[in-house]
Amino acid sequence: MSAGVPAVSRSGRSTRPTSVVGAVLLLVLVALPFLVYEDVTSSLVSLFVLIVIASMWNLLAGFGGLVSVGQQAFIGVGAYTVVALADAGVPPYLGVLMAAVTAAALALPTSFLAFRLRGDYFAVGTWVIAEVYRLVLVKIDSLGGPSGRSLTGMNDVDATMRAAFTYWLALGVAVVSVATCFWLLRGRIGLALTAVRDDEVAARASGVDVTRAKRVMYLVSAAGCGAAGGVLVVDALSVQPNAIFSVQWSASMIFIVVIGGIGYLEGPIVGAIVYFLLQQVLADAGSWYLVLLGCVAILVATRLPRGLWGTVHDRWGLSLFPVDYRVTRAPAAEPCPAVRT
Amino acid sequence: MDVVNALAQGLLLGGLYALFACGLSVVFGVMRIVNLAHGDLAIVAAFCAFVTLSATSLPLWLVAVVTVPVFSVVGYLTQRLLLQRSLQSGPLATLLVTFGLSVVIQNLLLELFSADTRTLDAGSFATSALEVGDVSLSYVGITGLVLAVGSIVAIQLFLSRTSSGRIMRATSDDPQTAALVGADARRVYGIASAIAFATVAMAGIVMAIRSSFDPSLGPAQLLFAFEAVVIGGLGSLWGTLLGGLALGVVQSLVAVADPSSSVLAGHLLFLLVLAFRPQGLVPARAS
Repeated sequence: MSAGVPAVSRSGRSTRPTSVVGAVLLLVLVALPFLVYEDVTSSLVSLFVLIVIASMWNLLAGFGGLVSVGQQAFIGVGAYTVVALADAGVPPYLGVLMAAVTAAALALPTSFLAFRLRGDYFAVGTWVIAEVYRLVLVKIDSLGGPSGRSLTGMNDVDATMRAAFTYWLALGVAVVSVATCFWLLRGRIGLALTAVRDDEVAARASGVDVTRAKRVMYLVSAAGCGAAGGVLVVDALSVQPNAIFSVQWSASMIFIVVIGGIGYLEGPIVGAIVYFLLQQVLADAGSWYLVLLGCVAILVATRLPRGLWGTVHDRWGLSLFPVDYRVTRAPAAEPCPAVRT
Repeated sequence: MDVVNALAQGLLLGGLYALFACGLSVVFGVMRIVNLAHGDLAIVAAFCAFVTLSATSLPLWLVAVVTVPVFSVVGYLTQRLLLQRSLQSGPLATLLVTFGLSVVIQNLLLELFSADTRTLDAGSFATSALEVGDVSLSYVGITGLVLAVGSIVAIQLFLSRTSSGRIMRATSDDPQTAALVGADARRVYGIASAIAFATVAMAGIVMAIRSSFDPSLGPAQLLFAFEAVVIGGLGSLWGTLLGGLALGVVQSLVAVADPSSSVLAGHLLFLLVLAFRPQGLVPARAS
């Protein structure tokens, strides 16, 4: 291999520090319940939930090209799964895992209906489906009907320990979600979806099973949202159908991803932190907060379509979770890695 | 008798849904986008009429007659100044912009008018009805149905008889070729938006006379309108009318048996159509 031949690589200068800094950051986050007061960790739970649902929405929209306004369906399903399983004696922390499984299982038949619609119609169709889930669930009296239910099986856990466990659970779900996105997108499915996003017709012509790849994304995304719903109910110890199935969740996901940078794994994390901080600062502003956020999202969508992280990425080539390939000048000694297909 | 009455009320309700839906149908037919703020715009129209009515002593019909053209101008400007820009950055951006718009409108209305429910006071018009046998058809309901049919006839005539309408159909079929022969897509899109805003303003005002309204009702109206369009068949305005009527009748009939299931029944009708007849009741002409 001679010097100067372009090489295709994924990891670069910026990714090696990422692994080190990321590992240290993760250790600190894991140890946090021993280091800070409970109010810090309990507010971080909501940040982790935001990161999870935004990452899942980004997976769908940023990589799968499926803009959903109905992922709250699976947040609600997840929350109610934990409540129902707790009644049957399943510990709520284990119930969160089952919430992800249930959400994915329900997402499979749902996908056959939703995938009949394309583009904007898919978006509104998923919203209708989320409403159907809500309206059916409020008919089940044992789950509390329209007024909701409280979670059983948590009374014997000490409050401090419960806060710590809930925090670790939320952190765990967030780490697993981001890692799953990373792993999925680096594999065959990620490549297929990137091809689909860029040009669906060309991808189909090259033999990509577009629908299958999208369905996998849809199921994974539902599982993540289901787990997030489970975390929410374990955190709040109760569930209220109108709140858990609120389209406000979709608004949060969309605003976070658009502001953070759609189509980058870093985008939802950056966006969630910005969203979370704004939420803390503007806590007293009431609805004005959402007015402001909506305006910011409209501005970003029209003026800065790649979001905050996309701007950083374009400017400095920085990538913490590299899922795309980049062409660089190869150093003489290293072999040129082949592009996997 | 209950069933006959429910059927009649369902047709009137369905007329209102069709009125909500025809603007959505036109915009999707021309631009291939769904305005997620469509339902919220109806609520804005209702509040505009409400404020004008309380601030002046004008009669309601005059307020409505003024609000509708104002809305169509607002629609044209919104398209040209806000949505056109996002159309160029791809389908995702438009969806995000209209969704952002929806959230902004809802929360602005909430801050300005609070979450209280209101009604547009239409005096005796709102309470009187046409008695046919045992069935009483409210004048407001009839107005909604007549406006829906009238709007669809007018839009069809516009599309088939006027030069702007022909340009709109050409742009819908093939924007590039239409542009080659001199069609200005931006103007066409602006007109489509103006039509959508005008019809949704009518729908909002009729709805506000029929029943009480508050800032949070927009999304539900969007979903009903969307369902009417899909049930009827994408790209067919008469299909949209039929879809709206089907949705209204199903909701109304189920409400006789169990009022709490009526909205769910409408959603299920939509899902059934999606599963077994995805082209809708009236498939669009082959292009």
